Amino acid sequence: MDEENNNNKIETKAADSSSGSYVPPADNIPASEIPEQELYHAKSFWTRWVFCQDAKVIGVQYALTATAVGLIGLILSWGMRLQLGFPETFSFLGPATYYQSVTMHGMIMVVYLLTALFLGGFGNYLIPLMVGARDMVFPYVNMVSFWMFLVAVLVLISSFFVPGGPTGAGWTLYPPQAIMPGTPGSEMGIVLMLISLSLFVIGFTMGGLNYVITILQARTRGMTLMRMPLTIWGIFTATVLALLAFPALFVACIMMTLDNLLGTSFFMPEIFTMGEQLGTSGGSPILFQHLFWFFGHPEVYIVALPAFGIVSDLISVHARKNIFGYRMMVWAIVIIGALSFVVWAHHMYVSGMNPYFGFFFATTTLIIAVPTAIKVYNWVLTLWRGNIHLTIPMLFSLGFIVTFVNGGITGLFLGNVIIDIPLSDTYFVVAHFHMVMGIAPLMVIFGAIYHWFPLISGRHLNQTLGKIHFWISFVGAYAIYFPMHYLGFIGVPRRYYEMYDSPYMTTGVGLNQFITVAALIVGFTQILFLYNIIHSAFYGEKSEKNPWKANSLEWHTPEMPPEHGNFGKELPVVYRWPYDFSVPGIDREYIPQHVAPSEVPTAKVEKT
Amino acid sequence: MKKKEESFFKLISQKPWEASQAILDNEHDGKTFIVSKAKLGVRTVMVVSTVIFSLFVVSYSDRMLVHDWRSLSQPWLLWINTLILILTSVMFHRTKVLAERNEFDKTKNSLLIVGFLTFAFLTGQLLVWQHFVNLGQYASTNPANAFFYVLTALHGLHVLGGLYFWGKVTTQLFKESYNVSKIKHNIELCAIYWHFLLIVWFVLFGLMVAT
Repeated sequence: MDEENNNNKIETKAADSSSGSYVPPADNIPASEIPEQELYHAKSFWTRWVFCQDAKVIGVQYALTATAVGLIGLILSWGMRLQLGFPETFSFLGPATYYQSVTMHGMIMVVYLLTALFLGGFGNYLIPLMVGARDMVFPYVNMVSFWMFLVAVLVLISSFFVPGGPTGAGWTLYPPQAIMPGTPGSEMGIVLMLISLSLFVIGFTMGGLNYVITILQARTRGMTLMRMPLTIWGIFTATVLALLAFPALFVACIMMTLDNLLGTSFFMPEIFTMGEQLGTSGGSPILFQHLFWFFGHPEVYIVALPAFGIVSDLISVHARKNIFGYRMMVWAIVIIGALSFVVWAHHMYVSGMNPYFGFFFATTTLIIAVPTAIKVYNWVLTLWRGNIHLTIPMLFSLGFIVTFVNGGITGLFLGNVIIDIPLSDTYFVVAHFHMVMGIAPLMVIFGAIYHWFPLISGRHLNQTLGKIHFWISFVGAYAIYFPMHYLGFIGVPRRYYEMYDSPYMTTGVGLNQFITVAALIVGFTQILFLYNIIHSAFYGEKSEKNPWKANSLEWHTPEMPPEHGNFGKELPVVYRWPYDFSVPGIDREYIPQHVAPSEVPTAKVEKT
Repeated sequence: MKKKEESFFKLISQKPWEASQAILDNEHDGKTFIVSKAKLGVRTVMVVSTVIFSLFVVSYSDRMLVHDWRSLSQPWLLWINTLILILTSVMFHRTKVLAERNEFDKTKNSLLIVGFLTFAFLTGQLLVWQHFVNLGQYASTNPANAFFYVLTALHGLHVLGGLYFWGKVTTQLFKESYNVSKIKHNIELCAIYWHFLLIVWFVLFGLMVAT
């Protein structure tokens, strides 16, 4: 046992002593000023796989938990679609169940699936590997972060089993209705939801601390900020946003919990119900909306920015071309992140706030389209005359660009007050946000899983199943959400349990049935994808090292999948950005980040 | 090799393709700021807490404009607690200075006094709560009361979190199993956090006194 531990131990070594044989002496290797991190080496099964401090295992734990809870969200969406497509057919779908499904579906997908998967899952797995660190800077805190997330998920799930069921207030949880009798789950469900969200925020803050500080302070030598992969830039900026935005959700949750449990009036106005006045007075429901959307809008970018970053890397690797306008891409990410804090009230045009406020927020909303459009142009220009390999990650990346442009353009319409007022609370909005922050980030997640699965498991996912998965998901998503835009135009309101025979529905009935069938098919395809993951993890085709011929550090670890400590005895030294594909002047097709200039003396440096 | 700290915006406008920049970049040690990881961690926590408290202050200012707002009286005990907290901060500064001078025996005593004062502050806050409850001033009686209870509770939780790390440092120091520069750094970080808590309390208490 002891010997084994000694073997596992990673020795600290000054870099300038023995690396001469590794790299020709012409290259200047900076002395390691930062002493190497002391790692905690797991000794038992429990500390290695369960209470683990290795960021890679924590990342996988995050991803599995998020996927499990995401499956529940998927099943809830089927419930909603069955009710909308075939009303009065299924006896288990009453109005309460419908609203609970809507609420839980929304909250699970936005917070517990997308945020946790991008930052907790990909963040944990990729950050230390891509910046060339052995682990996160505070591994213990990182572990606690995951367990807080798990507890938050369990609290959320437990609300399905309490009297009254989970809350049915809509994912925005607007008071006063969220905590008033008459809303499903106003007894226990809403309290559990608020507690779960608070725990999530605390847990996330612990994780976020790690992501930010690892990226800022624990990179390997030579890895300047402007040599980091865009994936890291996306995750970094999104984490900063999350650290600043989640407190608003936390504050709102605390105050609403007290309104509910202690009878305070933070958000509760004077209310008359059943001929009696309740004890509350003077509170402002609009204040809650401001707090919620001050979190809620950055949340959109917390999900979108990692997707932007990852897709840039996927496109570059699979088109064998450097990313067009790297610096511009970084700036766009940072500018989008900053602007995302001054657009929140465009979710509140019909809330009764001052109309001049709406004018201001419409302007900022349109301004944010500029850096976003720059990113889209740069992706397209990266593809332009690229050596495009239509691998599955590339297919998903292309799917992302198209879907994101689609959802982004409807966002421009909705950002204008005058267009938003008739369209708000219709299915147009549902179609818009599912396109832009549902399907588009999911496309990236799928692409990223197909891309990094060989790194994580050492095996490829099945390609045939993957292609089936892509085409059904992609075409199916459009079959679901394109008709919804039309439903919105003819005025079908969202959030309604049933339309009965209102005049809207003359053309809407058939469409709704079509959407439901498409949603069921797309949903089942995701189960096929999960089967692919499980099956390939054990029986998939073995992958060689660096199967996509990528440049970033995670593919250049001594072992694949990387072991605890990531990089063997010596941390790599970085000499270039990760996008040196098809560089003119040399016979290599790609130059990994740690290749020294003297090994490729004739390579031309490309301006970015 | 001493390096100059550059601003974030300067860093992201570097031109990595220029040969002169590439030479500098190859020399780069991988740190963005010249600050320890733990210190940056404490700073991040303080930023996040500042956002939380600022949002409460904004909500407070929004809510107090409504006609049903009845300000709370400030009992003298609250002023005493404020005084204790100021004293705690001063003592922590002294602890830090003592540690820097390597006078670790005095540091131990000083740390214990800090802990005692902090616990006294928390007890004092609980007594204030008891005082208000005895007066019939519950959280649901008035929004001003509700804010008072929430803000003091949240500040108290932050103090408790600090005490956890104070406990860690104190045990390290008493077990004599420490690395000298590390323990100095830890004491410094705790002191920074205590000063932060004092400033937060000034803002919160000032807000409650002023309105």
